[in-house]
Amino acid sequence: MSLLKLENLSVTFGQFRAVDQISYTVNEGEVLGIVGESGSGKSVSSLSLMGLIDYPGKVSADELSFMEQDLLSMPETQRRKITGSDIAMIFQDPMTSLNPCYTVGYQIIEALKTHQGGTKKELKTRAIELLNLVGIPAPESRLSAYPHQLSGGMSQRVMIAIAIGCNPKLLIADEPTTALDVTIQAQIIDLLIDLQKQKQMGLVLITHDLALVAEVAHRVIVMYAGQIVESGPASEVFSTPKHPYTQALLASLPESAAGKARLEALPGVVPGQYDRPKGCLLSPRCPYATDHCRNVVPDNQGPLERQVKCHTPLDTMGRPAA
Amino acid sequence: MTTETLQAPVPRTPLQEFWHYFKGNKGAVTGLVFILIVCFMALFADIVAPHSPSDQARDALLLPPAWMDGGNWAYFLGTDDVGRDILSRIIHGARLSLSVGLVAVTASLMIGILMGLVAGYCKGVVDTIIMRVVDIMLAMPSLLLAIAIVAILGPSIVNAALAISIVSLPHYVRLTRAATMAEMSRDYVTSSRVIGASPLRLMFVCILPNCVAPLIVQATLGFSTAILDMAALGFLGLGAQPPTPEWGSMLADALQFVQRAWWVVTFPGLMILLTVLAFNLMGDGLRDALDPKLKQ
Amino acid sequence: MFQFIFRRLSLVIPTFIGITLLTFTLIRLIPGDPIEVMAGERGVSAERHAELSAQLGFDQPLYVQYFNYVSGVLQGDLGNSLVTKEPVLSEFLTLFPATIELAFCAAMFAIFIGLPAGIIAAVKRGTLFDHSVMTFSLTGYSMPIFWWALLLMLIFSVNLGWTPVSGRIDVVYWIDDVTGFMLIDSILSGEVGALSSAISHLILPSIVLGTIPMAVIARMTRSSMLEVLSEDYIRTARAKGIAPWRVIIIHALRNALIPVITVIGLQVGILLSGAILTETVFAWPGIGKWLIESIGRRDYPVVQGGILIVASIIIVVNLLVDVAYGIVNPRIRHSR
Repeated sequence: MSLLKLENLSVTFGQFRAVDQISYTVNEGEVLGIVGESGSGKSVSSLSLMGLIDYPGKVSADELSFMEQDLLSMPETQRRKITGSDIAMIFQDPMTSLNPCYTVGYQIIEALKTHQGGTKKELKTRAIELLNLVGIPAPESRLSAYPHQLSGGMSQRVMIAIAIGCNPKLLIADEPTTALDVTIQAQIIDLLIDLQKQKQMGLVLITHDLALVAEVAHRVIVMYAGQIVESGPASEVFSTPKHPYTQALLASLPESAAGKARLEALPGVVPGQYDRPKGCLLSPRCPYATDHCRNVVPDNQGPLERQVKCHTPLDTMGRPAA
Repeated sequence: MTTETLQAPVPRTPLQEFWHYFKGNKGAVTGLVFILIVCFMALFADIVAPHSPSDQARDALLLPPAWMDGGNWAYFLGTDDVGRDILSRIIHGARLSLSVGLVAVTASLMIGILMGLVAGYCKGVVDTIIMRVVDIMLAMPSLLLAIAIVAILGPSIVNAALAISIVSLPHYVRLTRAATMAEMSRDYVTSSRVIGASPLRLMFVCILPNCVAPLIVQATLGFSTAILDMAALGFLGLGAQPPTPEWGSMLADALQFVQRAWWVVTFPGLMILLTVLAFNLMGDGLRDALDPKLKQ
Repeated sequence: MFQFIFRRLSLVIPTFIGITLLTFTLIRLIPGDPIEVMAGERGVSAERHAELSAQLGFDQPLYVQYFNYVSGVLQGDLGNSLVTKEPVLSEFLTLFPATIELAFCAAMFAIFIGLPAGIIAAVKRGTLFDHSVMTFSLTGYSMPIFWWALLLMLIFSVNLGWTPVSGRIDVVYWIDDVTGFMLIDSILSGEVGALSSAISHLILPSIVLGTIPMAVIARMTRSSMLEVLSEDYIRTARAKGIAPWRVIIIHALRNALIPVITVIGLQVGILLSGAILTETVFAWPGIGKWLIESIGRRDYPVVQGGILIVASIIIVVNLLVDVAYGIVNPRIRHSR
């Protein structure tokens, strides 16, 4: 059974479409990777799942359901019962994501109390268990620590403890390691994947790190300018990319440039609010773009489990179809 | 066809950029327009004002405004207890308030910049001494300090202006010092120092232009405090002395007419409020337009 | 924490010395001979002049004079009023409760209106309510309060007759001076109607005096709340699924209050100097009116002493605010 189902979800800020009609599903126990450049709508789409898009942002979708419950039509109070318990999220910068005025213990217990309740003592025991689970040494004493007394890696562990506190069925991790030291990154990812396996959670992992996605994700979604340009099983997407954008992303990895003098890079930047191309959004930057690409918006092609939004998807040799 | 979407917009000059943001702020533009009108009134007070501010119309004491019963269109906002035209006195008062504001702001701005630059540039003992003095001045409410100064020097417009400029000094010193210290750590200052620029050149050519934006904002807001403090001193009898048409001192006598003649009380104060509000609106607008942090 | 307080305390001493230097110098800046000035138009004979000069210590070197002055101040001796011959300190202590009462009510008015207005304006940013709060607070901030006092008096006392024009209590009541606070004394007196008379005398002056602090607090609370509401930890709190009011009160307000507390502390200076104007208009027998009258009477020891005390109060309040700041902000509390 699919845990989360999105059908043509859009998030608009005034005229600007930050997320443009994306559809995907996440199954129980599945790791879904979402990759793309900055500004491609990865974070905004995940915030909309949590109901954290504020005015003037507007979320619309043909379907946005979690365990067959429609998230968009349910009343606020009911949605808040799901947010933070069944769906939880961790964020990019752990150092600013914890409230500096309250202790670690207070912030963990607050989430537990809201969704599960219990006596003060039970809650405290549970918080210590959680800190233990995320690998924080001496958890009893850490409960009374303030966020500014923790390192970045520690803070992210605390964030994870808060997120998994109510045993979520779906965990969204929005670039959980970007703000951390390289040495800490691997530890945090290992922890996340361990917990995901232990608790059989669905995990949406948003990242720029293609290598990481290739390693841990079952399926992957590539986003560009608010749209999903390619999706499919991680191994397939990375071995035989069908969209020129995915190809360019992979080419920009240092590993694929072995033996070459320069790294491949896609010229230009993601289109913003005022410079949206008429046809395919990638057309100004795409090496294979034709006049057709520049004038006509491409549709999704291929079966649901392996889609690509391109007029001329690449073949297995990495060349555009005729 | 695709190139047009990638074309970069023509870069604006800093002044155009500033105006672009400033004119988007309706309050700030309203403030600016009002200030321009008051400036016009002040400059051409002799022509604009229907009467002399000291003319006493013996036959028209405490006349109500023109639109009320018993009003006279010759005295649009009515007359005070000795028959002087309130409108004319307000117009002439604008001249006084604006010039006191100008003198006070200019004086404290110049001295403040100098002290701030020296403190920020020299650091060490000089800095400590200057900042201690500034702290002491900040510990006193500005009006109280101004009152103390005027009480000692004797009540007059000049002493009031002097007191107001002394009182507003700390803000400029602090601003300039902070900006100087921030700029001093920048590489471009280090590089000019390495080239061998003299301390004076460093202070005034390299550093000062980079602290101008906050100083402009502070100076605009300084105008509003100067006008407000001037009026308060005038009201307490410590500023302009009667018969001088000053907004604050016009209100000083009004206390006894509160029961009989509301117009004597209302209009001068309204003028103070509107002028101060205009400067504050403009100051806010300037801050938003000049603060690069808030741009996009 | 004690170290933190101690460090702040050590910064106060030089400031206090500076203030005494200032008030000491002020009186010597009076143009002309201080004794002649104090004696006024009557003038003094040469012997009397020498006698007075010795009595006031003017014949000694300046540094000795300053030392004597400071040691006098530290023992609570601020000199005697030239007019009433009473010690300045005891005059001050008699009048101070009236000013405290007024300033306290004004501060309550400012906080209880300004703080919620700022919070709601920030939460409902861009709405009509927000725009109104911003307009009102900028107007209040620009208000010449002596005029505001006259205007309110014109409307509520003269035209509507709702509130009395001046003073602390109606003349028909004779209230024993127990605490100096009219609200408390009028209850203690047990006279019927005394309390309501005291309250009705307090309303307008408190509103007038509280207007500028209210405006400043509302503006500061709004901008501080706006800044905090866009912080990552607010998003975290919302992602926990807790109720919106809890996000605002528990998570946002606590952080937003940190700069607001500093601003509230700074209002004490504004309240005390505003009291000079407010007390003058409403004939409120407090230290503001006392100072202005003393300036008019050229009663220099009173002016000197009054300014010294008011400045010291402000220093102490700023110190307390600093400490309070440390208590609400754990980052400061734990810094060494």
